Amino acid sequence: MPAGELSGGAKAARPSFDEMGSAGDCRAQYGLIHRWLADTPAELLSLKRREAELLFRRIGITFAVYAEGGNPERLIPFDIIPRVLDAKEWSLLARGLAQRVRALNAFIRDVYHERQILRAGQIPFELVLHNESFRPEMQDFEPPQGIYTHVAGIDIVRLGPSEFYVLEDNCRTPSGVSYMLENREAMMRLFPDLFARHRIAPVSHYPEELLDTLKSVAPENCDGDPVVVLLTPGPYNSAYYEHSFLADEMGVELVEGADLFLDDNIVYMRTTEGPRRVDVIYRRIDDDFLDPLTFRADSALGTAGLFNAYRAGNVTLANGIGAGIADDKSIYRYVPAMVRFYLGEEPILKNVPTYCCGIREDLSYVLDHLAELVVKETRGSGGYGMLIGPHATREQLAAFAEKIRAEPPNYIAQPTLALSTCPTFVESGIAPRHVDLRPFVLAGKEIRIVPGGLTRVALRQGSLVVNSSQGGGTKDTWVLEG
Amino acid sequence: MLSRTADSLFWLARYMERAEDIARIIMVGHRMASMARSLENPGNEWHSTLIATGCDKGFFTKHAEASAEVVIDYLVRDPDNPSSIFSCLETARRNARAVRTALTVDMWDALNETWLRAHDNDAARFGPEHLLDLLEWVKERSLLFSGAYANTMLRNDAYYFTRLGTFIERADNTARILDVKYHVLLPHHEGIGGALDYYHWQAILRSVSALRSYHWVYQERLKPWLVAELLILRPEMPRSLLSCSEQIVQHLDLLAEAYGGLRGECHRIAGETHARLRYGRIQDIFQSGLHEFLTDFIDRSMLLGDEISKLYLN
Repeated sequence: MPAGELSGGAKAARPSFDEMGSAGDCRAQYGLIHRWLADTPAELLSLKRREAELLFRRIGITFAVYAEGGNPERLIPFDIIPRVLDAKEWSLLARGLAQRVRALNAFIRDVYHERQILRAGQIPFELVLHNESFRPEMQDFEPPQGIYTHVAGIDIVRLGPSEFYVLEDNCRTPSGVSYMLENREAMMRLFPDLFARHRIAPVSHYPEELLDTLKSVAPENCDGDPVVVLLTPGPYNSAYYEHSFLADEMGVELVEGADLFLDDNIVYMRTTEGPRRVDVIYRRIDDDFLDPLTFRADSALGTAGLFNAYRAGNVTLANGIGAGIADDKSIYRYVPAMVRFYLGEEPILKNVPTYCCGIREDLSYVLDHLAELVVKETRGSGGYGMLIGPHATREQLAAFAEKIRAEPPNYIAQPTLALSTCPTFVESGIAPRHVDLRPFVLAGKEIRIVPGGLTRVALRQGSLVVNSSQGGGTKDTWVLEG
Repeated sequence: MLSRTADSLFWLARYMERAEDIARIIMVGHRMASMARSLENPGNEWHSTLIATGCDKGFFTKHAEASAEVVIDYLVRDPDNPSSIFSCLETARRNARAVRTALTVDMWDALNETWLRAHDNDAARFGPEHLLDLLEWVKERSLLFSGAYANTMLRNDAYYFTRLGTFIERADNTARILDVKYHVLLPHHEGIGGALDYYHWQAILRSVSALRSYHWVYQERLKPWLVAELLILRPEMPRSLLSCSEQIVQHLDLLAEAYGGLRGECHRIAGETHARLRYGRIQDIFQSGLHEFLTDFIDRSMLLGDEISKLYLN
């Protein structure tokens, strides 16, 4: 694949695009924010930040960090300066996101049925069929509405005024939406005046949209109002706060595997009044742990027999099983092809050029240009186990090259992108920091997207890693109404 | 509602109540021990305190001697003791986290802030010289939690289960506090009705915030059988076994109503216990032995808890 205009890595990298604009040349949607920052003394901002932290701690937003000792309920830092998108930027993004998620769902349906895209030679057979994320159990099964990924988190980075790239698709159990909602809540409490001076598209109806989406994919044999539950691995999961928050906001039961049981391929939950039938399960447990009878037998999180009930069409799982085939890092580079193949449209959102080390030419390119590239494990997530070439020492590069040579198909590489920056309130004052954006796309009978998403920000100067597990923070994301 | 949710609410309320109750029992122990010291009659007050909390077995597998400092540490903060105040706060919050969606914001705030403060590791604040402050603080937090849920929860099954947890634990505790007196031995020359005996009964009343109530109800100097009557049989005393038992029966009935009339063994046990207390006489209780009566009550409470679990929580 031609690396195109994005290649060249750190040495040739142009300066990052700043979303507020340079001094004296502020972009229109940041006009009021710019003036507000100039007029507000740093002490007041510090005070507000402390207030925000207190607010979050009380609300109980916490995020367990796996690799770290100490307090397992560390807060994700919240930056009080919002990120602003105007109506035009958002409408482009929204169209692109809806298009991409339609294509991803069509692809998943296809690989578990006719495999037309493979037959057409657009994607190599073995890449799909030998993929760990491919679930043979799902073949020839038709989920309601033909939807597999009902909640997709599409990670977007921005390189210029109208250059949005998809960095990664998350089709399994993407998290972070509670931060989007709580960040907005916090901003409205902390800066009511600033709010009043903007027309900002609301986000607080996300749980209602989610519930509607889930109900729209209830099994065909469900009569009456579908009973929806949210299935969580439990309080020790890092995203537990989000699970309880969403269940609460939707007004549905938050269940654990042991709360459910199967009788004659029908799912029930144990209640104080006896068994109650369940129609739709918004599950936040990975495929592997969902059903010890079908997947990992050692799983204590799931419910035995769930998969059979799903296949029998007695319950809908959202997201569907096997959706991970669409967000596998080695499949990513074919997503634009999916858009063209299934929808007959040109992709609105671009892909970042990606080298698959499993392909010989790509491998040699990657090894030759390691110092310029970002290398990720195809199975990795959360920013763990990745190499950022321009920031690595010679020894780290050599060691990583060894790892790649040992198991090339495990790695993909992308040029180091000059991610856009947003003004951020850090220790030294207000300074630009790199950001990305995770909008949440809901797919049921129709596609719904709440304007905005979760903006993640790399708080360390120069850092490109925004993952909360790697010291990233979050910002409120404002979409201005036109 | 989910059985697990009901279970967590039930235990969450029990553990918050237990934290308070352990604090109250330590207060009795503390007061009895200081009086014994001032009368130059050091006794076995701390050992009795352990027995009253039901923590004696666990304690003696870890420690050889029940000295004041070690007992207090074991009852206040030892993570190996599931009934230590800190363990109770920890367990209560763990249950709360598991059912966040069933709690009101005020309940969660009360629990979460308690837990955060207990965890901010300010060793000085929790040192022995601040023991009474700490115990008062625990009492305050528990009262705040009770107030928060009594004033903010919807009156539905979630509330009934929470209420059941509180009252089963509270009744158990009142019985145990009264029983402390049985275990504290009076020195030979200090007979029943002597100064020390008198102070013991006073300490018991104080620990359940009932000294004034006693005077209000009886207008008499402290008499053991009247103290016992107040804490066991008087309906106007909110921590008495009868009061708690009334609440238990009432909330089990509300559950039965909410669930279309479903009743079980727990309803029978609760009703029977209530009838005994409602029509019981203190002279009969003393005749057959106060300690035996209390032990039997504690056993029945445990059985009641098991039967509630069987019917609703599994």
